Amino acid sequence: MPGPYKETDLTERVEAFLSDLKRGGSGTGPLRGSAETARETTALLRKITAQARWSSAGDLMEIIRKEGRRMTAAQPSETTVGNMVRRVLKIIREEYARSRGSSEEADQQESLHKLLTSGGLSEENFRHHFAPLKANVIEAINELLTELEGTTDNIAMQALEHIHSNEVIMTIGRSRTVEAFLKDAARKRKFHVIVAECAPFCQGHEMATSLSKAGIETTVIADAAIFAVMSRVNKVIIGTQTVLANGGLRAVNGTHTLALAAKHHSTPLIVCAPMFKLSPQVSRYHNLLLSLQVKSCEILSKVNVHCPVFDYVPPELITLFISNIGGHAPSYIYRLMSELYHPEDHEL
Amino acid sequence: MCNRCALLHFPAVISFFQQVLKMIFFKEVILGFRYWVIASGWCFFRRNVNDRQDDIERAKTEGKELTKEEKQRLRKEKKQQKKNKEKKDEKASQGSEKEKKSGSLAAAAPQPPAKSTTVKTPSAVPAPAPVSVPSSLEAPAPVDKPSKTKAELKAERRARQEAERASKPGKKGEPGQQAASGKQKAPPSELQPVIKRLPEHIQVDNPDVLKKLAKKLERQQVMGLNPTKKIPLRLDYGYKVSLFSHLHQYSRKAPLTQQLSIPSTVIHPAVVRLGLQYSQGIVAGSNARSVALLHAFKQVIRDYITPPNEELSRDLVNKLKPYISFLNQCRPLSASMGNAIKYVKKEISNISSQCKEEEAKSKLLNCIEWYIKEKIILAAKAIAESSIEKINNEDVILVYGCSSLVNHILFEAFEKGRKFRVIVVDSRPRLEGREALRRLVQRGISCTYVLISAVSYILPEVSKVFLGAHALLANGYVMSRVGTSQIALVARAFNVPVLVCCETYKFCERVQTDSFVSNELDDPDDLMVTRNGKTQLESWQEVPSLGLLNLVYDVTPPDFVDLVITELGMIPCTSVPVVLRVKNVDQ
Repeated sequence: MPGPYKETDLTERVEAFLSDLKRGGSGTGPLRGSAETARETTALLRKITAQARWSSAGDLMEIIRKEGRRMTAAQPSETTVGNMVRRVLKIIREEYARSRGSSEEADQQESLHKLLTSGGLSEENFRHHFAPLKANVIEAINELLTELEGTTDNIAMQALEHIHSNEVIMTIGRSRTVEAFLKDAARKRKFHVIVAECAPFCQGHEMATSLSKAGIETTVIADAAIFAVMSRVNKVIIGTQTVLANGGLRAVNGTHTLALAAKHHSTPLIVCAPMFKLSPQVSRYHNLLLSLQVKSCEILSKVNVHCPVFDYVPPELITLFISNIGGHAPSYIYRLMSELYHPEDHEL
Repeated sequence: MCNRCALLHFPAVISFFQQVLKMIFFKEVILGFRYWVIASGWCFFRRNVNDRQDDIERAKTEGKELTKEEKQRLRKEKKQQKKNKEKKDEKASQGSEKEKKSGSLAAAAPQPPAKSTTVKTPSAVPAPAPVSVPSSLEAPAPVDKPSKTKAELKAERRARQEAERASKPGKKGEPGQQAASGKQKAPPSELQPVIKRLPEHIQVDNPDVLKKLAKKLERQQVMGLNPTKKIPLRLDYGYKVSLFSHLHQYSRKAPLTQQLSIPSTVIHPAVVRLGLQYSQGIVAGSNARSVALLHAFKQVIRDYITPPNEELSRDLVNKLKPYISFLNQCRPLSASMGNAIKYVKKEISNISSQCKEEEAKSKLLNCIEWYIKEKIILAAKAIAESSIEKINNEDVILVYGCSSLVNHILFEAFEKGRKFRVIVVDSRPRLEGREALRRLVQRGISCTYVLISAVSYILPEVSKVFLGAHALLANGYVMSRVGTSQIALVARAFNVPVLVCCETYKFCERVQTDSFVSNELDDPDDLMVTRNGKTQLESWQEVPSLGLLNLVYDVTPPDFVDLVITELGMIPCTSVPVVLRVKNVDQ
C-alpha cells in the first residue's frame, strides 16, 4: 500500500532535514546558503502537502504549522525556514479563499470595522473541503519555488543600475547575493572592491579570492581598518541574514560598525536581500562560540569571552534594499511584509 | 639655430600664406603684417612648438589686444632663455647631461653584487627616465630638432633643481628639526613660516626621492669609501594597494639585518639589535620603542670616543645619523621617537667645546636618564593619579589593544581599591589585546575579551572607554592603533565617554585629516589565517587583482574624543597646539 510507505518516507525526509539544520548551525556540517535552505524547506512543504493526510485547508495548515515549529526549533537562527512556512500558509489561505469564490481583499482587510464585526470569524472558515485545493496549492508552491530559484539572478540583473565605473565599493564577510551582484556588474564596468574580513571566521577571505578570480580589483582589510578606509569608499553593499519588519537588519557581526562608519561619511549603504529573508519575527538569539583559539588556556577560565554571530542594524542607517522585486527604502519593508505573510501566521 | 628658425617659420609661413590668401579675400592687411612680425620674433626666443601653435590660434582670433601681452611674455621668455643659455654654458654641452645620468648608473655597477642589486632596483625606476631622455636626444637628433631641445631644456631644469636642492641646508628626513630651528631663531611671539620638507617615507612613489635616499645612505657611512660598509636599502614587498603606493611595505621575513655584512663597523651592535627587535615586532608600543631607543643611545654614547680633530658636539650628531636612517628602515620612526631624537640631538649640540670627553658623556647620559624619568615614568604616574578620579566603583571600562599607559592606570586604580571590571577589545592581525588581557588577569582584575567586530554588541554594558595614543597631532586628531577611531565612533553612537591618555612628549606638530597620507603598512602576509585547515589567501601573490592591506595606524577626529588626560592636566583634544606652543616657549 502506498499510504504507509509514503508516510514513513515523508517522516524520514523531515527528520533528515531537521538534523541537517541542526548540524548546519553548529558549524560542523556543510554550511548552506539561505537560498538553499529556503528551496529545501519549500520542497519539503510541497511533499508534505502532497503526501500527508488532510481533508480541509485547516488540517493542512495545522500540519504545516506543526512541522514548521519543529523546523524552527531545530535551528532558530535560520529564519528562512520559518519564512517559507509562513509563505506556504499564506498560499493555502489564498487558494482557499479563491476556491470559495470570495475576493482576496475582502478577507484580508484589517480595517477596524472588520475587526469589530467579524471577531473570531476567520477561525472556522477553513473547514470546507475543496477537491482541487490540493492541486492548486501544489501549483502555487511550484511557482514559489521558481521564484526562489531566480532570486539571485534577479538581484544581480539590477547591478548595473547601481554601480558606475571606477567606484570603490566596500563589503563585509561573504554573501552569495552580493558576490553575484558584483560579478554581474564587473562584466561591463571596472571598479574596486574592499572586503572586510569579518573575524573570527574570516569569510571575507573567501569572498575576496572569489571576486579577484572574476577579475575584480579586490583588497582585503582587517575589521579594525573599516573606519580608516571608509573615507575613500563610494558605496557599501552588504548582504544580510534576515530583514526585520521595521526595515532593520540582523546581519553578520561587524555590520553595525560598518553601517555607523558609512553614516558618518554619508556613504550610501545598500543591502542586497531577496524577499524570502523578510522575517516578521525573530527570536533573540545570539550564538556564543568559543572558537577563538586562545593559546594561553590558563587564563581562559578567569575570562569571559563573547563572540556574537549577528548584529542588529537599525533602519535609519540603511539607504536602500535591493530585492528580487526591485529596490525599496527601509520604510517600505513593513508593507512588503504585509503582502507576503498573513498577520495570524506571524506567530507560528 | 637657423634650422630651428626655419622650422619654426615653416608652419608660421604656411599659416602666413593662408592669412595672405584671406587678406586677399577679406582685406585684413594689418592683421597679417602683425602676425608676420610675431612669427619672426618667435624664432629668436625659442618658443615651445605647442605654445606657439596655441598663440597662433589666439592671435588669429583675438587680434590687436594680444600684442602687448605677447610682448610681455616675449620679454619673460627672453630672460628665461638667457638663463638657460648661461646654465647651458656652465654645463658645457649636452654630453655632460648624459654623462651625469649614466654616471649614477655606472656608480652602481662597480659595487659588489649585494649592494648593486639593492641600489639598482630603486634606480631601475629612475633609470628608464634618463635612458629615454638620452635616446630621445640621440635618435631623432638631426630630423626632429624642436623635441631634442625641449628634452634638453627639461633635463637642464631637472639638473638645476637637483643642484639647488642638494645645496640647500638640512636633509629630507628632518623637517621637525627645520621647524624647531626656525622657531628658535625667531622670537616666539612672531609666526614664522616653516620650511617644511616632506619625510621620505611618505614619498615612496616618487623615484627621485628613492634615488636620493639611496645616495643619502651611501653618504652616511663612517669609515672611508669601503663599499661593503654601507647601510643597505630595504626593498618593498608584495603588491601595494594603489591608495597606498606612496608608503613602504616591508616583509617581516626579510629584515634589514640580513643584508648587513658582519662585522659591520658602520652601525653600533646595540642599534642593530634594536633594529631587529623593531622589525620583528619584539619591541612594540610607542613608549617601549622610545625607551629602548634611548637606552641604545646611552650605550652608543658610552662606547663613543671622539676622533682626534673633531668636536664631540658635532661628530656625535653625525655618528647618530646613520643609526637613525637604519632604524627608520627597520621600522618607520614613531612621533615619540622623533621627539626623543630631537631632544638628544639638541643636548649633544649644546655641549660646549670646553667640556672634556668624560664629563660631556656623563652629562649626556644624565640628560637621557632625566628625559626617560621625567617624560615617561613620572608622566605616567601623574596621569594615573588624575585618571583615578574618573574611575568609579561598579564601572565597566573598555580598553583597546595593549597600551602601557592605560594598563598602568588600571593597575593603579585597582591597587587603590576601586571596584571595576574591564572589557578588552582586540583585533586581527596583531592581537595585542591578549597581552593586555594576560597582564590584567594576573593582577586579579576581572576581564571580558571580545574582538573588535563585537564592539556594538558589548557597548551597551560599558560606562567608559579608555584609549591610548601613539601621537597627538596639532589639529587635535589622535593617531593611534588602527581600530581606535572605530571604537570611538561606536562609543559616540552609544553615548559612552571616550578618554584618551597620552604623555606630552608624544605631541607632534604634524597635521593630518585622514589615515591615508601618512601611515605605516605592515607585512601583508599577516592577514592570512588558517581556518578548518584551509588557508584561503595562501597564494594571494599569484592572483593579480588581489591585494592585502595591513594598516598600523589611524587618526581619530577630535569630535569623537571627550577628554585627553596628560601630565599637565585634563585637556580637550583641541588644546594640543596650545600645549606645544607652551612647551616650545619653555625650551
